[in-house]
Amino acid sequence: MRTPCWSWLGALAAAALLAGAAVAATAPEGRVIDVKAKRFEFNPPELQLTAGQPVTLRLTSADVTHGFYQKDLGIDTEISPGRTTEVKFTPVKAGRYTIICDHFCGSGHGNMHLVVVVQ
Amino acid sequence: MSQGIDRRNFLRIAGASLGAGALYRVAAALGPEPASRDTARRLAKANGEAVKPFSFVQLSDAHVGFHGPPNPTGTRAFERAVELINRLPEPPDFILFTGDLTHDSEQQDERRARMREFQRIAGGLRVKERHTIPGEHDAGIDGGALYHEVFGDSNYAFDHRGVHFIALDNVSRAKPEVGPERIASLRDDLARYSRTTPIVVFTHRPLFDLRPDWEWFTRDGDAVMKVLSPYENVTVLYGHIHREDVHEVAGCRHLAARSLIFGFPDPGGGGDKKPLPFDAEHPFRNLGARVVRAGPSASPGAATLRIDEVELTLQERSGTEGFQQILRPSTLEG
Repeated sequence: MRTPCWSWLGALAAAALLAGAAVAATAPEGRVIDVKAKRFEFNPPELQLTAGQPVTLRLTSADVTHGFYQKDLGIDTEISPGRTTEVKFTPVKAGRYTIICDHFCGSGHGNMHLVVVVQ
Repeated sequence: MSQGIDRRNFLRIAGASLGAGALYRVAAALGPEPASRDTARRLAKANGEAVKPFSFVQLSDAHVGFHGPPNPTGTRAFERAVELINRLPEPPDFILFTGDLTHDSEQQDERRARMREFQRIAGGLRVKERHTIPGEHDAGIDGGALYHEVFGDSNYAFDHRGVHFIALDNVSRAKPEVGPERIASLRDDLARYSRTTPIVVFTHRPLFDLRPDWEWFTRDGDAVMKVLSPYENVTVLYGHIHREDVHEVAGCRHLAARSLIFGFPDPGGGGDKKPLPFDAEHPFRNLGARVVRAGPSASPGAATLRIDEVELTLQERSGTEGFQQILRPSTLEG
């Protein structure tokens, strides 16, 4: 007996709910990834992206204002507490990029970064 | 080169890097050679004031209030630097502090106490003229409000014996930048001087992209250097990176000073940005100062600033050195 299509969709939805905080979902605008900032780390600390594929990062802060800066990827924004900031970009060139917090947020600010690996 | 001033040799580095601060000695005409005296006369005619010999010291990144494995001695290196400077055979005219005077704290009262402690230690210097700028630890968290309350302005300029000194704040805006208003005021300030005027900019973060992913850069550093580019004798002194570095671009030399707390690794070395480990046998390794001496250039008629790096060592009266020496109670009587 063939499993109805809606059963598979329901199973997929359940799996997505169980996947955890940094859920990457395929959306018309590209992949959407939640990134949470807090002193002094980004979560997740590393992203694996594909060159040529658009991506949207949804940024939130758990405490204070953080910066989010990577010159080569064209990323330059602030993450303010209490709101979600979206960054849309399409990585073009494979490589390893480091996004930093460039808004001084305390003593551990200097090592607050997120590594983006583009393949 | 205009009027015989060798731009490339305006600042020359010699010697091995050392510890507690950087001593700069400026002399447009040190020797009896007619070419040196002619250089001074031409500088005087061009700039309105002849460059007269003098020296100054750069200290950086004392991080007063920091305690941790990279440096369990706290302010000992800073205090050692004060002792060293006080014993210089030729007292410097003034001291420049290039930021991170204190280590950041969550508590406003603690931040103020650390700034006062910095002032107390610096007060031990016999040299009374001191110029400071903030680092991000001093000013990043509150836009420089407390720094201004305790230390005064963070953007200013002064002239000393024919050299124009510019304090450039690139930390108080929270982001690593100078800001358009300050760049405009920099342009206005420089317009008063001829293009051959010796200029020394002292700031905290590098004004070029040294390691942006380590936040060793200034976002509008290119705009700052564009304003400085018409001037032929520009030197930038800075801190922040906790290691000696020399970088020359378009004839302008950027010189980073060692810190007084702990060192960071070579930005081109491939490692992570982690403090270099503390060495109990050499507690002030990687901490430092720079001595600048002016001397005659190999080029006839040219003036030079020569920098010798000075290493801070812990040499107690017994002649021994090491961490245990700091901790051992004195056995001297009286």
